[in-house]
Amino acid sequence: MIAGSGITPSSAGITAAADVPAPTVRPTSLLRRSLRLWRTRIGVIIVGGLVLLAIIGPYIAPYGPSTPVGVPNATPGGKAVLGTDYLGQDVLSRFLYGGRNILVTAFIATAAGLIVGVAIGLIAAYARNALDDVLMRIMDVILAFPQIMLALVAVAVVGPHAWVIVLAIALTTAPRAARVARGAALPVVERDFIACSEAMGVPRWRILFGELLPNTLGPLMVEASLRMTYSIGVIAALSYLGLSPNPNSPNWGTMIQENQIVLPVQPWGAVMPIIAIALLTIGTGLIGDGIARTAAGIDRARSAE
Amino acid sequence: MTTPEVAERSLEPTQPAVSVTDLEIQIAATRTPVVSDVSFDIAAGEILGVVGESGSGKTTVGLALLGHARRGLRIAGGSVLLGGSDILTLGDEQLRRLRGGSVSYVPQDPASSLNPALRVGLQLREVLEAHARDRDGGQIDERVAEMMREVALPDDRGFLKRYPHELSGGQQQRIGLAMAFANRPSLIVLDEPTTGLDVTTQAHVLSTVRELAGLHNVAALYVSHDLAVVAALARRVAVMYAGRIVELGTAEELFSAAGHPYTRRLIGAIPRLTGGRTLVGIPGHAASPGNRPPGCAFAPRCSLRIERCEEEIPALRPVGPEHGVRCIRAEEVIATEQRRAGDPIGHPAAAALSGALRLDSVVALYGRQEVVHSVSLSLAEHECLALVGESGSGKTTIGRAIAGLHHNWTGKITLGEMPLQASARRRSDEARRRIQYIFQNPYGSLNPRKSVGEIIEQPLRVFGTARGREASTRVAEMLERVALTAGYAARYPDQLSGGERQRVAIARALVCDPAVLICDEVTSALDVSVQAAIVELLGNLQRDLGLSMLFITHNLPLVRSIAQRVAVLHQGTIAELGDVAQVLGAPEQPYTRQLISDTPSLEVAIAEVGLAEPEVS
Repeated sequence: MIAGSGITPSSAGITAAADVPAPTVRPTSLLRRSLRLWRTRIGVIIVGGLVLLAIIGPYIAPYGPSTPVGVPNATPGGKAVLGTDYLGQDVLSRFLYGGRNILVTAFIATAAGLIVGVAIGLIAAYARNALDDVLMRIMDVILAFPQIMLALVAVAVVGPHAWVIVLAIALTTAPRAARVARGAALPVVERDFIACSEAMGVPRWRILFGELLPNTLGPLMVEASLRMTYSIGVIAALSYLGLSPNPNSPNWGTMIQENQIVLPVQPWGAVMPIIAIALLTIGTGLIGDGIARTAAGIDRARSAE
Repeated sequence: MTTPEVAERSLEPTQPAVSVTDLEIQIAATRTPVVSDVSFDIAAGEILGVVGESGSGKTTVGLALLGHARRGLRIAGGSVLLGGSDILTLGDEQLRRLRGGSVSYVPQDPASSLNPALRVGLQLREVLEAHARDRDGGQIDERVAEMMREVALPDDRGFLKRYPHELSGGQQQRIGLAMAFANRPSLIVLDEPTTGLDVTTQAHVLSTVRELAGLHNVAALYVSHDLAVVAALARRVAVMYAGRIVELGTAEELFSAAGHPYTRRLIGAIPRLTGGRTLVGIPGHAASPGNRPPGCAFAPRCSLRIERCEEEIPALRPVGPEHGVRCIRAEEVIATEQRRAGDPIGHPAAAALSGALRLDSVVALYGRQEVVHSVSLSLAEHECLALVGESGSGKTTIGRAIAGLHHNWTGKITLGEMPLQASARRRSDEARRRIQYIFQNPYGSLNPRKSVGEIIEQPLRVFGTARGREASTRVAEMLERVALTAGYAARYPDQLSGGERQRVAIARALVCDPAVLICDEVTSALDVSVQAAIVELLGNLQRDLGLSMLFITHNLPLVRSIAQRVAVLHQGTIAELGDVAQVLGAPEQPYTRQLISDTPSLEVAIAEVGLAEPEVS
C-alpha cells in the first residue's frame, strides 16, 4: 500500500526539509539546565556534602556513638575534638553517626508520599469528573491537619516506630504533592496529543504515566525538593521532642534536645546538628528554587528572539 | 538607501505623517540584527500594509514605531520621525505621553489586551483621561459615546457597563479600535487585528479601520501575514523577508508585476476563490536571525539565484515611481509573467459508488446545548469533502464526533459497513485505526517529551502492526512520504518548525494506513507558504493513497485547492452542500453568498483598484 514513489519530493514541492542540518541531541534536561545556576550548584554541593557525611560518617568516626570518652560536657580538646555531651560521649562521633537515620527516614517518607500523591493528582486531573472531586476533597481533609500534629498523634497512639514516622510523613506529604501534580497536569490534559492518544485507544494508565507524567516533571521536581526540606524538618522536630524509635541512638534532632541545656557551657553538642539541619534544608531549598527558576525561564541567559 | 527616494515621490505635496529611516533592531545580548535597513514613509490618511511570514520582523517594526522593543531586543539605529521629532530619541516620560496620544496601537488579540476585571466603558474613559488636559467628566462621557458610535457599537450605558468577556471577539476588537482612535492619533499601528476573527467579523472590522483612518486623516501601519487582507485595505504594501523590506509598492503593482521572487512565490501560495488550482509552497524556510546568509536572504530558496545574489545584500532599488525592489534581477522578474499558481486541480471522477463514511442525522451536544442539529453527510471513497463554517458552526465538533473524541452525540455514523460507537474507547482497534484525525495546532498535538520516531511509532505499537526494526523502517518510510528525511526520527518537536511538526502529525496518521483522514484546520496555525506546501502534500497523499478526506476549514479559498465537494455549515446545520465549483461559483444560499463576499481575496482587491486579474492563470 504505502510504498514510495507516489510523491517525489519535487512534486510535493518541499525538498527543503532535507537540507536542514543533521539531528541535534535532545535539548538538555531541566535538571541539567538548572545546574547552570549558582543557586542550584551551591544547593547540590551542600546536600551532596551532607549526604556523603551521613554515609561515610560512621566509618570515620573516632569512637562509637555511645562510647563514654570523658567527663560529661567537656569543652573541645584532648581526646574529643568537639568535646563531650551530657553523658560524656564524643560529640563528633555522635554527630557523624546521627545524620544517616534522619536522611534515610526523610528520603523514604518523601518518596513514598510523592509517588502516592502524584498518582492521585494525575488521576484526578485526567478524570475531570466526580472522581476528581472525591480524590481532591479527601486530600483537602488530610491537608487540614498540620503535618507535625498528625505525626505526633500517630507516634503517640502507635508508638515511636520508624515505620510509623515514615507513614505519617508520607501520608501528610501525599496531598500536597497531589495538588501540585493535578495543577501541573490540568493544562496538559487539554492538549491535543492526549486526545490523539485517546483516539488511538492507548490504555489509560499509559496515557497517565507515558504522556502526562513526563510533561509535569518540572513542577514536580521543585515540589520533591520542597517536600524533602519539610520532611527533614518534621523528623528532626519529632526526635527533638524525644519521639525517635530509639531514645539513645545518635540522631541530630535528639542531640539538640539532649545538649540544649548546656548550650552556654559546651555549645558544640547542640550547634553542630543545628548547623547540619539548617544547611540541609537550605540546600534542598536552593535546588528546588533553581529548578523552578529554570523552568520558569528566569535568569535565562539566552536572549529572546 | 534608496527607499526614501522611492517613497518621497509617492507623496502628496504634504509632508509624510511618519517617516522611518534605516531602522535597525538587534538582539540585545548578541547584537544579532533582527531588522535592518527598514525605511518608509506614511502619509496622513494613508494605510501602509506590511506583510511577511512569521519571523520576518513585521511586528518588531510595528512596535518600533511606538518606540518599543520587545524584551531582549534593542533598537540600535535609525530614526522614526513623527511630527518633526524622532520617537527613538524620546525619554520614557515623553514616550508615555506619546503612546495612546499621538501614536496608538491595536494588538492582535483583543481578548488579552482588555482588562477582564474592568467594565469596557471605564477602560475607554481611562484612555481619554490619561491624555486629557482640561476635559470635565461630562465631556469625557460624550467622547466615549462618540467613540462607540464611530466603531458602530451601541453607546448606551448598559453596553458600556459590560465586561470584556460579555462581548464577542469582533466587539472586543472594535473596543480596541475605539481606544486606539480615541485621542485622535496621527499614527496608528495595527498588528494583525483580525487574526482569529471570522470572515464576516473581519470584513466589518476592516471597513471600520478604513473609514476611521480616512475620516481622521490618520497614518496607519497595518501588519499582517495575510496578503489578501492587506490588498483589500492598503494602497501601498511593504513585503518583509528576514528582517528587511524586499519590496515596497502599490498593491496593484505588487499583485500584477511583483519584482521580487519572494513576493511572486508568496502570491502563488495564496489560495484563490476563483478557479481551483493546486497551491505551490516555497521550498525551505526563512533563516532565523543570526543564521541569515551573507547575501540576499532569500537566495537559498530562490530559483532565479545567480552567484552575485550570495555575495552582497541587494539594495532596495526603485523600479517604478512608487515601486522599490530589493533584488538585483528585479527588471527580469517584472518582465516575466507572474508564474502560474499551479495547475488546475484534476480530480478523479467522483466515485459515488460506495460511501467511506456516512453520517445520519447526527446531533451533537455540549452539556444540554445542541451545537450540531441533525447533520447527514456522506463521504465517498477517494473523495475530499470540505466542511467550512465560521467558528461556532459546529464543524470541529462533527470532526471530533467522527473520531470518537466528542462523545455526546446521537444519530448514526457508519464507517464503510461498520456502525461506530460514540467514544473512541468503545470502538474496535480496526475502527480506531481506519479513522485518523489531524489536529489544528501542531504545537499541541505532538508530545514534547517524545522524539519524532517515538511519536510516529506509537500507533504501530498500539495497533500491534509492527515492532522493532520493522517499525523503524516504517517510520523512516512515513517521514520520507511527508517529505522529511529519516534523520528526523531522532529529533524532538521543539526542534521543528510549525510546518515540519504538521508533517510529523500527518506521518503519524498515515502510518496507521487509514481509510478516512479528518483534517481539522490543519493549516490555520501556519504561514501561507507553509500552508500551501501542506495542502499540496495532503492533496497528493489523498490522490496517491486513495484516501477519503474530511477537510475542516474556515478558509473558503483553500477549499478550492483541495476539495471536490464542500458542505457549508451554519449554526449547526448544513446550509449548502455540493460540488466546490458550483457552491463557490454559483452559491444558492444567501448565507454562502454572504460568506463568499466577506472573504478577502486578491481578485476582489485587485478588481477594486481597477485592475483585471493579472496574467496569473
